[in-house]
Parts: sequence; C-alpha cells; structure tokens
Amino acid sequence: MAAISRDEVAHLARLARIEMSSDELDHLASELDQILHAVDRVQEAAKDDVPPTSHPLPLKNVTRPDVVVPSLSPEDALSGAPAADEQRFKVPQILGDAE
Amino acid sequence: MALKYDDVVAKYEPTLGLEVHVELNTNTKMFCGCSTEFGAEPNTQTCPVCLGLPGSLPVVNEVAIESAIKIGLALNCSIAPFSRFARKNYFYPDMPKDYQISQYDEPICVNGYLDVEIDTDEGVKVFRVEIERVHMEEDTGKSLHVGGATGRIHGAEYSLLDYNRAGIPLMEIVTKMVPGTGKYAPQVARAYVTELRDILRSLGVSDVKMEQGSLRCDANVSLSPMGSGKLGTRSETKNVNSLRSVERAIHGEMIRQGNRLENGERIIQETRHFLEESGETRPGRSKETAEDYRYFQEPDLVPVAPDAGWIEEIRKTLPEKPSIHRKRLQEQWSVPDKEMAAMVNAELLDTVEATVNLGADPTKARSWWLGEVSRLANEKDVAPTELMTPAQVAEIIALIAAGELTDKLARHVVEGVVNGEGTPAQVIEKRGLKVVSDDSALMSAIEAAIAAQPDTAERVRSGNIPAAGALIGAVMKATGGQADAARVRELLLNHLGQGN
Amino acid sequence: MTNIFKSAQEMSSALVAKEVSAVDLANEHFDRIEKVDGDVHAFLHLDKEGALAQARDVDAKRAAGEKLSPLAGVPLALKDVLTQKGIPTTCGSKMLENWRPPYDSTVVTRLKAAGVVILGKTNMDEFAMGSSTENSAYGPTHNPWDLSRIPGGSGGGSSAALAAFEAPLAIGTDTGGSIRQPAAVTGTVGVKPTYGAVSRYGLVAFSSSLDQAGPCARTVLDTALLHEVIAGHDPKDSSSINAPVPSVVAAAKKLDVKGMKIGVIKELGGDGFQKGVSERFNEALEELVKAGAEIVEVSCPNFEYALAAYYLIAPSEASSNLARFDSMRYGLRVGDDGSHGAEEVMSLTRQAGFGKEVKRRIILGTYALSSGYYDAYYGSAQKVRTLIMRDYEAAFAKADVLVSPTAPTTAFKIGEKADDPVAMYLNDIATIPVNMAGIGGMSLPCGLASEDNLPVGFQIMTPAMKDDLMYQVGGTLEAALNSKWGSPLMSQAPALGAK
Repeated sequence: MAAISRDEVAHLARLARIEMSSDELDHLASELDQILHAVDRVQEAAKDDVPPTSHPLPLKNVTRPDVVVPSLSPEDALSGAPAADEQRFKVPQILGDAE
Repeated sequence: MALKYDDVVAKYEPTLGLEVHVELNTNTKMFCGCSTEFGAEPNTQTCPVCLGLPGSLPVVNEVAIESAIKIGLALNCSIAPFSRFARKNYFYPDMPKDYQISQYDEPICVNGYLDVEIDTDEGVKVFRVEIERVHMEEDTGKSLHVGGATGRIHGAEYSLLDYNRAGIPLMEIVTKMVPGTGKYAPQVARAYVTELRDILRSLGVSDVKMEQGSLRCDANVSLSPMGSGKLGTRSETKNVNSLRSVERAIHGEMIRQGNRLENGERIIQETRHFLEESGETRPGRSKETAEDYRYFQEPDLVPVAPDAGWIEEIRKTLPEKPSIHRKRLQEQWSVPDKEMAAMVNAELLDTVEATVNLGADPTKARSWWLGEVSRLANEKDVAPTELMTPAQVAEIIALIAAGELTDKLARHVVEGVVNGEGTPAQVIEKRGLKVVSDDSALMSAIEAAIAAQPDTAERVRSGNIPAAGALIGAVMKATGGQADAARVRELLLNHLGQGN
Repeated sequence: MTNIFKSAQEMSSALVAKEVSAVDLANEHFDRIEKVDGDVHAFLHLDKEGALAQARDVDAKRAAGEKLSPLAGVPLALKDVLTQKGIPTTCGSKMLENWRPPYDSTVVTRLKAAGVVILGKTNMDEFAMGSSTENSAYGPTHNPWDLSRIPGGSGGGSSAALAAFEAPLAIGTDTGGSIRQPAAVTGTVGVKPTYGAVSRYGLVAFSSSLDQAGPCARTVLDTALLHEVIAGHDPKDSSSINAPVPSVVAAAKKLDVKGMKIGVIKELGGDGFQKGVSERFNEALEELVKAGAEIVEVSCPNFEYALAAYYLIAPSEASSNLARFDSMRYGLRVGDDGSHGAEEVMSLTRQAGFGKEVKRRIILGTYALSSGYYDAYYGSAQKVRTLIMRDYEAAFAKADVLVSPTAPTTAFKIGEKADDPVAMYLNDIATIPVNMAGIGGMSLPCGLASEDNLPVGFQIMTPAMKDDLMYQVGGTLEAALNSKWGSPLMSQAPALGAK
C-alpha cells in the first residue's frame, strides 16, 4: 500500500509554498513513498520508555544582556531586496489576513 | 424581531476567553541587539537576525525572560522549571523567517489567575479569571498597503514592509475559558484587561499603550443556551485596541451570536475584526486550508530553566499589586469609594499619587487634577497628564498653602502653564500674580476705601460686621484681586475697632 | 618553484622565513585554479581582490614585525554555505544566485582575524543536501582522482579544491557527513568537531541540531591548525560551547597511541561495504596496533535506525529553515508581474529556485512535522537519537575512540546514483550517527582501494568535547601510513590540467 497519496503530496506542497506541476507531483509521490517505506522503521525502535532528544548538547539558560548593538544601515538591510521603495521592502500585494 | 442585549443575556450564557499580547519595553529585541524604540525610520532597527537573513541565529534577551517571570508571578502562575521555545511554521511576508519563534507545549508560566471587581446589581462582586499560560514570542514586521483603497489590504497593488517591529519581545497571556459572567461578560473582559494593564505597568515591563499596539487583545466569546451546560462555538475578535473596545466588542459579538442562534443559524468558528465606528465585528478573510503550524522545538535555542533561587529573587522585587495599592491609598487618603472610582476611571490615580509624593495634600491634589486640570484637558480633548506634570501641580498647591497664591490666582497660573507660558514660577512672574501681602500697601488701600465710603465704615464701627463686605470688595478691586481677602478683612476690622 | 604542493604548515614556515610572500602564494593558487578548475569545478566564485588585499595586509604586518597567527597568509577555500560580507553566498542554489550577504559569519570573522587568505567560495550540493555535489544548481564538481567521479558531498567543492592543490585549507560543514565523506573519497582530511565547538552564526542552516562547520586540509596537522582558528565560544550562537577549545594542534603532534583503546564498531562494516574499503581499513587498524593501541570490538545495535531517523530529522528542520527563501527580502523572485499576489509569488519562486532534492526533503520534512504524523515520524526519530547517544555512551565506556570506514564505497561515477535517492542516502551510513549524537569525527585517508585505485577514508569518532583525541589518533595513523607508503597518499594523485 502506498504510504502517501498524490493528494497528500499536493497538500504538503501547498503548506510548503511550492508550486508543483502535475508531473512533479506524480514523480514526488512515488519517490516519497519509497523513502517513507525506508524511514518507517524508526517506529520499531521508538519505544514508549525512550525519551526524545531534540538537541545533542545539554545546555540551558543561554542569554544575552539587554544592551543595544548597532543595527545594519537601511542600505545594507535592503541590499538584497528584489524590490524596495520608501526604505521598505516592496512585495506583491498581500492577500489574506496576518495571524 | 431582533434580540437586544438584555434579551440575549436572558436566554444565553456567555463564556469568555481573552488573549492579550504585550510588547515588552526591553531596550533590545527578543533575539537580537536591535533597539526597540518606537517610531524610528523604517528598517533602521534591523539586523541579520531580525531580518531572518540566511545563517543568522537568535539569542534570548535575559531581561525578557526576567519580565516573563515577573508577569507570571504577578498573575499567580507557576513558573516552569523547564521551558522551551518552539517554531510555529507559517508563511507570511511580515514574518522574516516564515516561522515565528514562540512557545508551544512548554511555556514559561502556567496556571495563574486574576481577580477583578465588578459593580453589579448586587453590589461589588469579584470574578476570578483563570490564566492558562504566559508565553514568550516575537513580534512581526509591519506592512503598508499601497494603491487601491489607501492603507487597506484589499485592493492594494503592492505592499511595503518595515521590519523595525519584527523581533520585539511579545508576551502572550492566555486565559482559560471564563464561565459564569452572565450579563457582565463585557465588563469582566474590560476589567480584566484594565487590571492586567495596570499590573504590567506597575511591574515596569511594558509601555502598555494600546493605541501604539504595545498591548493588543483578542477577545473570544461563545454563547450557550441558559442552563444547557453545553459550550457554544466561539468566535475570536482580533486586535481590539482600546479598553472601551474590549467591552464593546464582546457586547456586539454577544448580540450578533445571540441573534444567529435565535434564527437557528450556526456560529462559525472564525476570526473576526472589530469595527471601531459601529461596535460590530466583521468576519476575517477565511483561509483556503486549515493551517498546520508544524510546531517543533526551536533547535537554535536552548531550554530556559530558571532555578528556584532566581525566581525568589525576582519575587522579592515585585511591587505591590495595583488592587492592594489602591486600597491602601484609599485608606491613607480617606477617600470615599465614589471619588476613588472617579480617580481610577479617569486614570489619574498614579498622577495624583505622584503629586502627593511631592508633598501635596491628597485632597487638594485630587481636586486640582480632577477639577481644573481635567476641565482644561476636556476642552482641549487631551489627557490631563499631557497638560501638567505632578511637580507643577504640587508646586501650585504648595504656593496656596504658603499663602502666596489664592485659589483664584492659582487657576490663572494653571491656565498659564497649560498655555505654555512656562513653569508655575515663571507664569507668576510674567503675569505678576503674586498675592499682595504687604500690610502697609493693604492699609493704604483700606484707608482709601474708608475715605470713599465713610457711611459704610461707620456702620461697621457700630457693630454691623457684614457691612464690611463692601469695603473688602473695594480693597480687592483696588489691588487687582491679588490681595488675600482674609488678611484684608482682618486688617479692616482691626482698623475699625472690631478686631478680637 | 611552486609552493602549492606544500602543506599549510610548510607554507606557513615559508611565509615566516620570507621565502614567499602571502601575495605570491595567493597568486600561485589563483594560477593553479585557472589551470585546473575548468576540469574540477571546485569554485563557484573567486575573490581575487579581497584575497590579495588580505595577503598584502599580512605581508605588511609581517614586514612591520607584528606577531601573526600561524596561518596568516595561507590561502583557504570557503564552502559557499558560510556568509562573507559582500561576497556571493549561493549555497549552491539558484535561490541565492545574486545574494551578497551584508554580514560575516563568525567563521569568516575568525579567519580574517587570523590573516587567512580566503580565495573564494566552493561548490556544494544545494543547501548542503547531498553526498555527491551533483545537486549543485551550478553543475557538479569532479573528483581530482578521476574526473568522471563525484568528489563527495555536500562539500565536494572544498574537498576537490584540496585534492587538486587549489588550496591547502578549506572550510566545510557537516550535517550527516558532508565534511568527512568528501574527505574520504578525495584522499584528504576532514573534521566534524563536537557540535557547538565552531559557531554556526553565518552558516546557512540545513538542519540546525546537526549542522557543524569544520576544518579540511591535506594533513592532520593542517586540519588541527585550522581547527584552532575557527573553534571557540561565540555569544551569537546559543548552542556554542562555552569552554576552552581542546589543544588539537598539540594532540596532532603527539604521535603516540600507546595504551589507547580503539573500538571498532561492529555495525559499521562488513555487508554493504566495498571489499577494498574494508581491506584498507583493516590494514590501518594493524598500523595502530603496531603503534601500541589496543583494538576492541564494540556494538552499537541502534545504528541500524540512524539513517532512517536522520532522513526524518534533517528534512524536518530543513523544511522550516528553508521557509525564509520566499522572495520577499532577498534572493530570487519569480512571477512578480502584477498578476500574482505575494503568496503566489512565493510559491512560484520556490518552484523555480529550489532543485529536486531540496524540494523532496522540504516535502518530506513538512510531512514528518505535520499534525497526525509528528509522533510517528519526527517524534520517533528523536527517540532513535536518544538510543544512538546511549549506544555511543556504552561504546565509549569500553574504548577511548571509535573507528569505522568513513564511507561504504569509494567515489562513484557522476550520474550513477542520481535517480535513486535511497541508494544515495546510504553513502552517509557511517557518518550520520556522529551528527545524531553531536560528537566529534574525523576522516583521514588510509590508502587506495584495490578494485579502483581510489582513496578510502578512515573515520575516528571521539566523545563530545574530546576532539583532541581524534587528532592524536589521526596524527599517529597518518605518520605510520606515510612511513609505510614512503610519501603521503596525495602524492599518488594524478596530475591535472595536462591537456
């Protein structure tokens, strides 16, 4: 049985904001299916009594003092912008509401 | 026939939920050293970190953690011994990394409460608002929509982004569901946000200026048929940006939901926007697909694990709670309930207190701020605190007490200060408003008055004390109102043999 | 007489003795690059102007008698995943084709401070995702030992630059083996330090909890010299270790392993490993025994899940790390013709800007983190991570260092595995556990495989923050093998640019 359907891949592509052609979706669905079958085995090893590790170092409480350091100049800040206007990043019209 | 508010609350029971976002007033952003100063030129307070440039990494602001703990303690929360940051993944142009560093299942503070007092039909009643969590996150940038209807997102041709605000520390304070408020739901919501704002202000952790967006409220409400015990579907009204709007938004939303339910319509779980003009809400643009934020632990940051010693240190620095502080002041100043409430509602309690702390008599301080200064402020449609400082009012009160100003002269001084003529001392100087306290100068005016009205003087000599009023009036007129009327009276009566 | 075939340490001595200037040394390398890089394609961008300015500065300081760092004036090739102010940083992607970062990574800051001369940026698999450098948007890099073969990946540009004598030093980054596997297949030395030893600030993130920058060179000592320049605490990286850097240069010079216990990991050998790889690995073990070390066999039973867990954790983190490439603030923008909103422009840009492998991993990671699948995939993978750390802990209780072949095979042909992602992923089977546990790992050459006469890598793994041990063992093994062969392995590399 396929681990992942073409529709699911299309949904994931939307979540990840990647436009995909029909061919791309077909191809990726079959590749992901193979990969998922290969990685599925993590579930065999992941017993309930094993705690998860998200990070290799046991560090905690790393902070910095609340002291202002110089910002980039606005020229540097905007230097990579595909478009800029009025010292702001210019982007195509935004649809939908912010969070 | 549409239901009115009273009809709605007679049939339905509301459940509230409030999410408040507070920008901290730290010097620097949550994860980088850029300044948080309000009102800077666009994109002048940005760096690789808050612009989300490839390769940049966040480092937590220690004062932000301390502020979060302060807030948690002030809201009676438990401070988590182990807390982590997570990434909330979603795409939006004002969010530089296309994920927000926030906290998910391991917030810094949990399980608190805040009691608020409401004046009900049965007298003052305490409502407990339980707090689910307080967590740390970062603010987004700001977008300016250009073209089409100016400033509006819909119909804009393009947008301009300023990331100065991106990365400013935000605390999200989330209540549990608040049942049992009945028809007082809008007032409870307002009182909660007000009390929360006062606490945050007293802690010194935020500017809490709703109009500048440093305190923002999302108000949730749902209705269930009275006695059904079933929870209704809630709506969430976003970014309600004044205390009054919090009350109005809940009020308006309860009417809307009540009418829908009455018509057999379903309540949709959605985000709505508050309309300042009408007090109603409109639906937000619904998203094509439900968001899936794919939270996971932020691998670029390490856990925050405050030890008990540090938490106790912070606890020791907490100021008195605003509610307790208010009670104490009321007792110290012997202020009646009603006047205390007037001061609180006018948001002048802190100002009056500051004036008293500068040596002014509490009753006088209160009456100047709530009286003359408020009257002028009303005329000019500004806050009283924008017209005068506590130091200026305290100075004027001191001059009255010293007999150097009369109440009437003091009002002229206030007017001069408000008009920008300088400090009280400078206004007195410029306008020549000093009380005439030189007895010899007064005596010559008195003698002149007696000479002008010999009959009146005679009546006073023969014991008709009230007749002295006409002479005193003449003296006051002659001195341009700058004499101390009591002193004039004393000198006059002595002179006419009626002194005691 | 050219200096390019020298080690960095020898170049340093020549500079100190004023036998060559830093400017001349840089120019010799630029000449070499000109001659051979058409075939090798190790570099994506050369910064002649910046490099020569730095070299002149070093020469002037030396002439003025200033005390300089040991590597001052020595050239270096920088993997194109680290930011350098004003210099293109593409990460091998179309997405960042014209991006010039406005800031230096901490690694670059340290290199500049030490007077190291950065020649340019090296090719890599797009966003460091790959084991062959075939996933670069700018074309593959060729292995100097056989131009029809891959130089490893993702840091194939850095390893090939070393093997082609285009630079004596290079910086790589290692998320699942991207320093060590390229070192193995090019006969060079590469070190992935303990996680947190080298700042990640300015390293364009692939998988934040696994990524680690490290030094690459042709000798163990050169690698150690570079390690000491780039390692150390950085307050800009929250996961940076705030402790003294182990004395790796001293360790590389020790040449002594008497009494050390060297653990051979049973699971990282045998089936699936090329015969010639196993032969050379076993011969190297014999050299260590001759030098006085004791060999013990250890078992790490959970390593069989490491690859699967890695291919969930790394794509998950990557799906989030690469979200920012949305065309709003920098990089490529596609479809901004007035007919598309911001959201569509994001999607069109990401379609056009990302290559196949990157898209595959973003989608896989998005899936592994999505609601309903998180526990089964990302959550389980994190548990495997715990098990791998426990395996290492048990193994390090029995041995001072652990060893294995670095890669199961020698360099394969370009294009050979391009259509089989699962087969491609197997290249990293021996290197991935090191990243999962955050410990240190080194690959150094241990000879040529009998079947194909291509380099074989020997991997040394050390407990966290004990990076000096791999230099001690690696230095000793290198010396023993060089004396056995009569000269370093690199002297057997074919001549380049002879057409």
